[in-house]
Amino acid sequence: MSSDETNLQKITYREAVREGIREALQKDERVFLMGEDVGRYGGCFAVTKGLLEAFGPERIRDTPLSESGFVGAGIGAALGGMRPIVEIMTVNFSLLAADQIINNAAVYLYMSGGQFNVPIVIRMATGGGRQLAAQHSRSLEGWYAHIPGIKVISPATIEDARGMLWTALQDPDPVLIFENSSLYNMEGTLAADAGPVDIDKARVRRPGKDITLITYSASLHKSLAAAEILAKQGVEAEVIDLRSLRPLDEKTFLDSVVKTHRAIIVDEGWRSGGISAEISARIMEGVFYDLDAPVERLCSVESPVPYARHLEEAMLPQVDQIVNLIQKMVGAHG
Amino acid sequence: MNTQDAVNLNGATVDRDHALHLLRSMIRIRRLEEKCAELYSATKIRGFLHLYDGEEAVAVGILEALTRDDAVVATYREHGHALIRGVSAGAILAEMYGKQEGCSRGRGGSMHLFDNKTRFYGGNAIVGGGLPIAVGLALADKMQHKQRVTCCFFGEGAVAEGEFHESLNLAALWQLPVLFVCENNLYAMGTALKFEQAVQDITRKAASYDVSSAAVDGMDVLAVETAAKKAAQTVRTQGKPFFLECRTYRFRAHSMYDPELYRPKSEVEEWKKSCPIATFARKMKTEGCIGNVDIETIERDVAREINEAVAFAEACTWEPIEDMTRFVHSERRTP
Ligand SMILES: Cc1ncc(C[n+]2csc(CCOP(=O)(O)OP(=O)(O)O)c2C)c(N)n1
Repeated sequence: MSSDETNLQKITYREAVREGIREALQKDERVFLMGEDVGRYGGCFAVTKGLLEAFGPERIRDTPLSESGFVGAGIGAALGGMRPIVEIMTVNFSLLAADQIINNAAVYLYMSGGQFNVPIVIRMATGGGRQLAAQHSRSLEGWYAHIPGIKVISPATIEDARGMLWTALQDPDPVLIFENSSLYNMEGTLAADAGPVDIDKARVRRPGKDITLITYSASLHKSLAAAEILAKQGVEAEVIDLRSLRPLDEKTFLDSVVKTHRAIIVDEGWRSGGISAEISARIMEGVFYDLDAPVERLCSVESPVPYARHLEEAMLPQVDQIVNLIQKMVGAHG
Repeated sequence: MNTQDAVNLNGATVDRDHALHLLRSMIRIRRLEEKCAELYSATKIRGFLHLYDGEEAVAVGILEALTRDDAVVATYREHGHALIRGVSAGAILAEMYGKQEGCSRGRGGSMHLFDNKTRFYGGNAIVGGGLPIAVGLALADKMQHKQRVTCCFFGEGAVAEGEFHESLNLAALWQLPVLFVCENNLYAMGTALKFEQAVQDITRKAASYDVSSAAVDGMDVLAVETAAKKAAQTVRTQGKPFFLECRTYRFRAHSMYDPELYRPKSEVEEWKKSCPIATFARKMKTEGCIGNVDIETIERDVAREINEAVAFAEACTWEPIEDMTRFVHSERRTP
C-alpha cells in the first residue's frame, strides 16, 4: 500500500474487482470478459457494471446459459491467442463446466507435452452466508485445489481483489479466482495507483506468537476478529491468509507453526477431504516435533448448506467458535 | 494399360496426380492403423486404441479443404487426422510407444495426439469435449480478424451431449468460423444411432440452430472433398459455421477391447463392399486414370514409410522419470 496517505481512496471489494478488470481491458487488447449477464445486466453481483458501456459487446460478452460451452470457448480462445476472463456466476454452476476446467484446461499443456498453453482466467463467486440454501452456497475452491494443472487463488482483501487479476492474466496457465460473495460489500481503502500483487505467496495478516490461524477468503476476517478478542485476553494469534490454495505456500505457515507451536485451520469448506485436511497433513509431515498440541480444524458442519438463518450460521465457522477453540487449545496445553 | 491425365466423374474433373494423392493418403492411414493393431497385439502399444478403418475418406476429404493456417480439433480416433494434417507417422507411433520423441512427449498416447506446428489441437477423449474449444479457437480468430477456419471432428455419439448443442448455438449466435464435421459411423461404442437419438437425421439438429448443413457419402473421398471445399468456403468467406455430416462406417471394433456384440458380422461385411479405398481405386482404374503399377508404387512407398516409422519409434527414448511433472505448469511465467 502506498505510504502517501492522501493517495488512499475508499473502495468496496466489488469495485476493486471491477477496477482490476477495467485495467486489464485497458492494458491488453487480447483481454476480454465473458459470462452470463456480465454485460447488459451488469453482472449478477454488479461487479461488471458499466464495463459494457466502456468496452462494447465484443469485449464484454454476454453468454447464453451454457457453462460448459462458454468455459470451453474460453479455453479455445486462450489457445487461439486471446486472454479471456471467464466469469461463472457462482462455483455452484461451475459444476456444469467442470469437464472443461478439469478435463481440458488443467491437462492441455501436459497432454500435449508442453506444446499448448491455456492462459485463461476463470472468476467465480463462492461461499455461503446469505440464506441461499444448498444449491447456491457451496465453497468448492478446496475441491478444485485438488487438481494439478490449474492454480486456485482467493482474494480476501481489497488490495488482492484489485491486484490478483492482472498477475493471473500474465500466467501462461489456467487460473481460477474465487471471490467470496459475502465480501463484495466490504469497504476499505486502497491507493489510487494500487497495482498487481503476487499470487504465489501467503501473507501474515497479523503477527503473533501463541498460535497460528491458517485461513483464507471470508474466514480471514472472522479469524482477525477472533484474534482481536484473544489479544485482549493476552493470547497473541498469528493470522495467515493463504491467498493461493494451489499451489500452497507451505513455507509461510510452517515457519509460523515453528514459531507458535500451535495451529488451527479455519475453512468454510467441509472437513472431510477438504483443504484443511491437506494443510493439517503438511504440518504433521513438516514440523510435527514443533507442535505443542494437535492441529485443530474449524470447518463447516458436514451438511448441505441450510436455508434457515440460525442453521446456516451454526453451520459456518463463526468468530466465537474460533475464540473458544483457541482458548481450549492454549489452555489445555499451555 | 495407358493412363490419362484427367477423368470426368459425376461432372467434376479429377486429375491423375490428385487422384493418386487422395488414394495414397487413404492408404497411408489404413496401413498405419494396421500396424498399430499389430503393435498393440505385440504389446508395444498399450492403453485404449481406436482404429479408423473404413472412415479414411472423411479425414482425407475434409483435410483437403483446409489450409496450413486453419486449426483442427479431433477426438480419440484421430491417428488418421493427425497423419494427414502433417504429423509424421514416426512421431505418432513414438507417442503410442510412450517415447519422449512422440508428438505429445509420451504424455498423451493414442487418444491425445497434439502438434502445434500444424495447429492440431488433439486428441480429446471426452466425447463432445472438443466442440466448445473449437468454438473458442474460432472466436479468437474472429476477434483478431484472422480469416481462418477451425475444423472440429466428432462422432454422432457426441450429438447427444449438451456440449454439442451449446457449441452450435454459440457458433451460430456469434457467427464464428467453425466447420463442424460429424463422422456418423452409426455406432457410439455399442449403441446404434436409433437407440440414442429421437431424431436420427442429424443435419436437422444443426438446422434448428440456424447453422447451414449438408450430408455427404463419407465412403466417397471425392464427394467428401467436394462437400468439404464448399463448406470451408462458406465458413471462410461468410465467417459463420457450417455443419457437415459424413455418413460412414467403421470396419473394426470400437476399440481393441470391444468384442463387438452389438452388430451382426454380415452388416460389417456388407459395408466393407463400399470400402473407400477399394471403391476409389476401382473407379480410377475403370476410368483409366490410374493403373495397377500406380497402386503397387503407392503400397511400396507407404510400406517403407510405416517401417521407417516403427524403426524410429523403437529407437526413440524414454522421458526420465524425474521429468514426470514437467508441463503440469509452464516453465516460464510470461506466456
Ligand atoms: C463424456 C464421455 N462419455 C463417455 C465416454 C466413453 N466413450 C468413449 S467413445 C464413446 C462412443 C462415442 O461414439 P461417437 O461419438 O459416435 O464416436 P466414434 O467412436 O463412433 O468415432 C463412448 C461412450 C467418453 N469417452 N466420454
